[in-house]
Formats: sequence, structure tokens, C-alpha cells
Amino acid sequence: MKLLSVRGLSKRFGGIHAVDDVSFDVPQGSIMALIGPNGAGKTTLFHLVSGFLPPDRGSVVFDGSDVLGLMPHQIAARGMARTFQQIRLFPKMSVLENILVGRHLHSRGGFLACMLHLPFTRREERGVREAGREILTFLGLSTQADAEAVRLSYGQQRMVELGRALACEPKILLLDEPAAGLNMRETAEMGKLIGRIRDRGVTVFLVEHDMSLVMDISDEIIVLSYGQKIAENVPSAIQQDPDVIRIYLGDGDA
Amino acid sequence: MRKQGLQIAGFAAVVAAIHLVASLTGNVYHLTQMTMSAYYSLVVLGLCILTGYAGQISIGHAGFFAIGGYLSALLTTHDLSAHGGPIVSGLATMGILTRRPDLYGGDLLTVHPWAACIFAVLTAVAIAYAIGGPVLKLKGHYLAMATLGFGIIVYRIVLGTTLVGAADGIYDVPAFPLLPGIAVSGKSSLRVMNYYVAWGFVILGMVFLLNLVRSRVGRALASIHGAEDAAEAMGIPTARYKLKIFVVSAAFAAVAGVLLTHYNGGIGPSESSVMKSVRYLAIVAIGGMANLWGTLLMSLLLNYLSLRGYFGTYDDAVFGGILILIMLFAPDGLLRRQLFEDLKEAVFPAGGEKET
Repeated sequence: MKLLSVRGLSKRFGGIHAVDDVSFDVPQGSIMALIGPNGAGKTTLFHLVSGFLPPDRGSVVFDGSDVLGLMPHQIAARGMARTFQQIRLFPKMSVLENILVGRHLHSRGGFLACMLHLPFTRREERGVREAGREILTFLGLSTQADAEAVRLSYGQQRMVELGRALACEPKILLLDEPAAGLNMRETAEMGKLIGRIRDRGVTVFLVEHDMSLVMDISDEIIVLSYGQKIAENVPSAIQQDPDVIRIYLGDGDA
Repeated sequence: MRKQGLQIAGFAAVVAAIHLVASLTGNVYHLTQMTMSAYYSLVVLGLCILTGYAGQISIGHAGFFAIGGYLSALLTTHDLSAHGGPIVSGLATMGILTRRPDLYGGDLLTVHPWAACIFAVLTAVAIAYAIGGPVLKLKGHYLAMATLGFGIIVYRIVLGTTLVGAADGIYDVPAFPLLPGIAVSGKSSLRVMNYYVAWGFVILGMVFLLNLVRSRVGRALASIHGAEDAAEAMGIPTARYKLKIFVVSAAFAAVAGVLLTHYNGGIGPSESSVMKSVRYLAIVAIGGMANLWGTLLMSLLLNYLSLRGYFGTYDDAVFGGILILIMLFAPDGLLRRQLFEDLKEAVFPAGGEKET
């Protein structure tokens, strides 16, 4: 079953085709990776799918409904959570508080109810905190709950950002270079974590540069070059694909 | 939440202690400035949640204060007995109008203060909704300029409209009977009662805002301040939240404007001046930005000193100067939580074990 279905998606910036007529499907429960050289349009594609940029043409169908033209928060409410290439944690908030923001969609209290501290908001807050602590345990960050999030190590900050997205209980998780800036040990941990997230029933769609990570965890890989999809296959086939080898290693006469 | 209850109780004790000290030292008349300071504090607290927590600057809050104050003043002083039409008699039968003697013993037919207050605050809220939509799409300096523009427009309108007294403002505004036996009034016989009424409003507002910042909505507002795109990705409707907190903040200013106008018995154009907006912002900044208690204490102190005339002719310059100094040297505000840790690190640099 296809959870995310992208058809003919295109975006131009001036004369540059950042994303050029790209189509693909992400099956439910899979780990799908998007790779390609710098400037291939991977992050732009993420922005188009998650509603942060409007496409020029094409369609994005998520979980059976067209999400094109919706605001990012509306797409998030339908079950799509994402992280950012540049870590976007909330400063001046603890690790736990960062995660709790991710529970926004699973609580209801409005301005008036919260100002009056109505009984249902108190019950709700207890549930939110419980869920937040469960996420921290899942990430192995329980001891850091009260530390200021932006003071953690880079690798841990990536984990918190991922945990925050996970707290949304998404159907699909979009990860924009989850291993960027991580050392080898942290990258391996991240790979294991992504596997465990899929085991929780969350479909994962990621952009990544680290080839060993991508080859390790992905069910399927899409290769983008100059905005166009040039290959889509299982990892072992992608490794043998002459077009992919050419764009990564250059032509014979280069 | 128990901690919050203790803080509120402690603050109420401070309010009572100030009254006690003032009466023991024979300075009860100082409570008048403390009462005015309370109403200004309501504006500042509303601005604190907007600017300090949600990160949306406003240099136009004196405008909302003035809309509240002026509308209530106009409606409760404008004599309707000459307009005998069906609307006036209809309003009179609904109990919205009230008769009272004017300064010279004549008979006045005006809108009742409660009806005037509700109309004034709702109008301010409607204006905040209308301008908030487009203005809050702007960020940083652009938002500051747009709200500054709004403040200047309100000031020029007030100054140029003879209906609201132009440069003289509106005077002879009646007392506001809040409840039987309790009125917002500047009469010296009601001074002590009004002192407690005013600080009662502040404590009520404080409870609302403390509840808000410690809730799901408060976290959402802080996340908009911290990283708006990430907040949006977490499903927070950032545009709607910014508009709502702008309206809440404007409502605080308008309520304060209504109450202070009835307390002072009038309002003048200086209440809507840009320097008033700058003053409110300066107090939020020195209070620690995202720090309601720090802002409240600074507001209490600085408004009191200003109203007692300690800053003399440099009054506006003091607040402008505070704002500049804070922005230059402590853009996160002065009374922030980190302050004491930073001081410790400055005194004992070797003691800092945290890696950066």
C-alpha cells in the first residue's frame, strides 16, 4: 500500500529546475532514501512534499488525500512529521519541553482553557508529559530531560529533533540528513534508531549523504541528479547502476 | 502549580505590606501612584507575553490602551439627552444608559460604565484582529515599524478629533461601579480600596498568564519564538497563534486603559504617545523578556518612580535609555534566569565545568 504518492512534481527557481517532473511512491512501513549530489534538489523536494514550498506543477497524495496547497501545520496534522537539515531545536527550552511541543497535535486545550487552567487541561498535560518521557526513554535521553536542548552534543541534538518529530506520532517521518555532522559511532546509532522507528510502524523517508547508512537501512533508494530522478531501486541494484556510479564518480574521461 | 500558588500569595503579601508601610509612615497618598502603576502593569504584562514569550514585538500598545480608555471615557461622558431618537430610548430601556448630574448640577444621560467598558474592550479586540492579520506576517524590525505606525496613527487621530477633546483629552469621567460597594474611582476616601482593586486585577491577570505560559499553548508560543518553521512542522498553526496572542495582549492593554481612565477621571493624548509604547517595551526588556514576575516587579518599581516624578524632565529619556542599554548589552533581558549563573561564571571562570 502506498502511503505517499508523488506525481510529476516540479519546482523552478528562476532558470534552474530544482525539481523536474519527479514521480515516486513510498510504500507503507518502508524506509525510503533519497540520495544525490549536492544541489540535486533533495531538500527542495522535501519542502514541496511537506508544504514548506509551493510546487509549480505536480501532485502529492498522502494517505489517500491530496495535500498540495495545504499549510505545513495542516500536513503535519494529517500525520507527516519532519526534521530539518540545519537542526531547528527550540532554544531556552529543555530537552523534555522540546519533545512536548511535538505532542501539540495530540492535545486540545485552547487559549481560554489554558488561561483558566481547566481540569481537562490538567489531565491532558499529565498525559502529554507521560508520552514525552516515554519518547525520551525510547531515545535513551532520560537523564538529559531537564538539560537545555541546544547545549547538548550535536549528535544528541539530532536525536532530540528526531524525538520531537516522533512525538507527533506521525504516519510518515521525513528526515533531512539525519546523520549530517555525526561521527561514525553516532551514525551507526542513528541507523539503528531509524530501524527501531520503522519497527514502531512509522514509514521513514530520508535524505542522506552517508552512503553506508543509506545502503544499510533503506528498503529502496531514489537517486536525484539536477532535479531529475535517474534511478529508483533496492540498495544492491543502486550500487551497480552505471548512471548512479557516473554521477557520483564522474565519467571515464573526467 | 503549588509553587505558582505560593508565588501569588507572596506577591499579595507584598501588596499588603506596601499598604502597611505607607500607612505607618503616613504616606498613604503614595498608594495613588501605586494604583496607577498597577494598571500600567496590566499593559506591560500583556506585552510581556506577546514580545517576551511569543517573540512578536509591538511598539503600538499605547494605542490599544488609548482605544480602551478613550472609548470608555467618551461613552460615559457624552450627553445623549439631546438625541431623543428611538435608538437612545431603546438603549435606555435596556438599561445601558444611566443618568447622573454633571459638574454644574445639570442632568447627563450617558452610557453606563459597564456597557462602555465592554464596548471599548471589544472594539480594541476587533481592531487588534483586523490589523494583526496582515501586520503579524512581518518579522523583527518590520513588525516593530508597523506597530509603531499603528501607535502613531492612534495618537494623531486622538489629537486631531475635537469629539474626544483633541489636545485636552476627556475629563469628568465618572467612577466605574464594578460591584455593589466597589467602584474604580480616584476619590481620596476610596484610595485604599482602589489600591487593592487595582492590584487584584493585576494578580488575576498574572494568574491567567502564568497558567497560559505553563500550558500547551505557552509551549507553542515559545516554540514560535524559537523556531517558527519547526513549530509549524509540529502542527502548530503559527499564524493563528500569533494573531490570538496579539489580541489577548491588546485586550490586556484596553482593559487597563478603561480602568485607569475611570480611576483618573479622564484621559489625555499623551496616553497614546509613542513614548508610552516605548516605555512598556523597555519595562518588558529590563524585566527579563520571557519573565512575567521580573516584568511585574520592574513595572511596579519603575512606574511608581516615574509617577512620583523621580525622573523629572528626563522621564521619557530614562525609559528610552533603558531600552537602548538592554538591547545593546543584554538583548535577552536583564532579569533572566541565566543571570545568576552567568554572574557566577564571570566571578569564578575556572568553576565553569560545562562544555560549550
